[in-house]
Amino acid sequence: MRSDSVQWLLGTDNVVICPMKPYSDLAVEFLDELSSLLRKSVKPGEYPDIISLAFWCRKGNVLKLKERTLDVDSSLGKGLVFHITPSNVPVNFAFSFFFGLLSGNSNIVRVPSKDYPQTDIICGAIAKMLENEKYNKIKVGTAFVKYGHDQVITDRLSLMADARVIWGGDESIKNIRKSPLKSKATEIVFADRYSFGVISEAAVVNASDEEIRSLAHSFYNDTYLMDQNACSTPHLILWLKDFKRDGIDPRKRFWQAVYEEAGHYDLEPIKAVDKFTDYCNMVMKGNVSISYTNKWDNLLYAIGLEEMTTDITVMRGRFGMFYEAGIEELNQLVPYINSKVQTAMYYGVDKEALKSMVLDNGLTGIDRIVPFGKALDIGVFWDGYDIIGQLSRRISFE
Amino acid sequence: MERRYQLFNEKAFSLDKQGKREYYRDILSQLCAKHYEGCPEYKRFIDAIGFDYEAKPDIEDYPFIPVRMFKELELLSVPKEQVVKIMTSSGTTGQQVSKIFLDKITSVNQSKILMKITTDMLGGQRFPMLVIDSKNVIKDRKMFSARGAGILGFSMLGRDTTYALDENMKLDIETIKAFLEKHKGETILMFGFTFIIWEHFYKELLKQGETLDISKGILLHGGGFKKLIEEAVDNETYKEKLRQVCGVERVCNYYGMVEQTGSIYMECECGRLHTSNFSDIIIRNPRDFSVCKSGEQGLIQLVSTLPDSYPGYSILSEDIGELIGEDDCPCKRYGKTFKIIGRIKKAEVRGCSDTYEKR
Repeated sequence: MRSDSVQWLLGTDNVVICPMKPYSDLAVEFLDELSSLLRKSVKPGEYPDIISLAFWCRKGNVLKLKERTLDVDSSLGKGLVFHITPSNVPVNFAFSFFFGLLSGNSNIVRVPSKDYPQTDIICGAIAKMLENEKYNKIKVGTAFVKYGHDQVITDRLSLMADARVIWGGDESIKNIRKSPLKSKATEIVFADRYSFGVISEAAVVNASDEEIRSLAHSFYNDTYLMDQNACSTPHLILWLKDFKRDGIDPRKRFWQAVYEEAGHYDLEPIKAVDKFTDYCNMVMKGNVSISYTNKWDNLLYAIGLEEMTTDITVMRGRFGMFYEAGIEELNQLVPYINSKVQTAMYYGVDKEALKSMVLDNGLTGIDRIVPFGKALDIGVFWDGYDIIGQLSRRISFE
Repeated sequence: MERRYQLFNEKAFSLDKQGKREYYRDILSQLCAKHYEGCPEYKRFIDAIGFDYEAKPDIEDYPFIPVRMFKELELLSVPKEQVVKIMTSSGTTGQQVSKIFLDKITSVNQSKILMKITTDMLGGQRFPMLVIDSKNVIKDRKMFSARGAGILGFSMLGRDTTYALDENMKLDIETIKAFLEKHKGETILMFGFTFIIWEHFYKELLKQGETLDISKGILLHGGGFKKLIEEAVDNETYKEKLRQVCGVERVCNYYGMVEQTGSIYMECECGRLHTSNFSDIIIRNPRDFSVCKSGEQGLIQLVSTLPDSYPGYSILSEDIGELIGEDDCPCKRYGKTFKIIGRIKKAEVRGCSDTYEKR
């Protein structure tokens, strides 16, 4: 292994494998202490992503998750998990580590090769915690590593692992899969996904100004916050046409509120140009038939679809570009949901009805049904995986 | 398009604000119609934004397409058989390349207008010409890189064209000295790309401790300062430093892009970039693409009346600029004057000399 290109931020590849039960008291306590340390490590408002990470790993939340997991007392971690985390989301590597730890495993985590201050803050906090002797068991089973695209290292670490977790989309998966795993090892992959939202027109018309503002705020966090680049960020809004009266236009009311909410978005010139280029590209290629484009400055484009294309997942925007279409009833969606579709977000729509639509029709897509505002809230059930279950070993006995 | 050709016989900077406004109402409407009918992609764009060119609106109301569209798609407004030349931006590996399709008329008009603008700015004669580049760049005549096309286009302005760099981009000091000796007492025209002149001419002369006497010369350069900004070299510093190594008094920058070859924007004696009768500039606020006033910085939209064979008459660049004035330059030429502030951050690397990689 070429040592000059590999930087071990924490531990080494000499990790000790000693599986624990999922949601072990040690892991829960460790994460709870880390939560307070992280909150103390950053100034208010400086790194909201670290704050939400800290919020996630506090005891109250973790124990709630534990309740949703069956038979933690008959399970053990698989052994060693090798995590390959994405370069575009700074704190994602920490979530992946938490999942590995909570499922009772030792972990080697490849952190983003890009230099984010968040990486140093989080690694620093974890290193500090591991100085405490009571966490020795975790310490010997934890390593964080940084390296570029180097298949030799990926090969080696992959062969050591009992499970591999790959974030970062189709291209990364294709590349990493060139490195074989042990026969018995399992793999969790997070491929490129597509997400959309359904909004009831009647609900928007009947909502108070405050409710609309709150919806717009949630929507802003789901989309603009990550430049619309996350898998779970919606690109398409489907309007449930359950409002027949003339006069109020629910779509305009919603977008106007989003536009006002997006007022503080940092629309750098390059983003305005990129967005406009995406738009021109889509229009000029002519693959999507559109009936109108509404623009609020360069901040927000809402593109009305004349008809839904067979593959909705091609309708993507960046930096605040959305597609919209009307539907008479939820079941109209059925033919358009393929296995690429991840999250369905809703407002004023019955979530049970959405769930039944997926289950009763045997759809291949939609792994997640959440209200607006929760698009980016990562969890132990993600992309259809029960991550803790997948990373642990269930002992059966009669 | 008859109206357009009337102007070909006039001087390049003869239209004042009012005259230009009226002229552009006609000419842009005709150009837009031509591309609407000839280019299916452009038609879809115009239909999608619902633009009515038949109403002959003012120039500011015309839509623009991002310059990157010529990298994304092959855009043509004439049948492919009529294409006589394909110009490309010189992209490095991994970078998409712009492809500009020229028919005979567009190509001829580009040369004519380039001549017209440069003779007005630099004087009417054909000067002995020293190209600060390597002859290798123009070897392949079928595919014209922006760099090669620039050299070929501008060499029409000169005579006895001589290349100052050898095939390895090394300064050929013997050839230069012989050339200067031969044309002693004459005005020399030097042409090259901003970055290449800096890297391979200025820095080399400095390193070798050579000074040349080209005080009667004119140095014409374009392609952008992007790489020089990293070395904190702006237009003024550039002029001063080149004066120091070769005594050149008139250093003239031009702004233009391969998507609108011919109707370039040249720096006058007062150091301002000018629009000509054949081109215009609109500075747009990135926040909403509204028109910026003089002194306000924004994205540069370039308008040219020359493109017939591809829909590039109105394009949005990724450069930031600022309008200085209109019809009020001390050099007495009509038209808008402006300056370039730089490239928008994190954009694809564009421009001719900008993509030239240091070995």
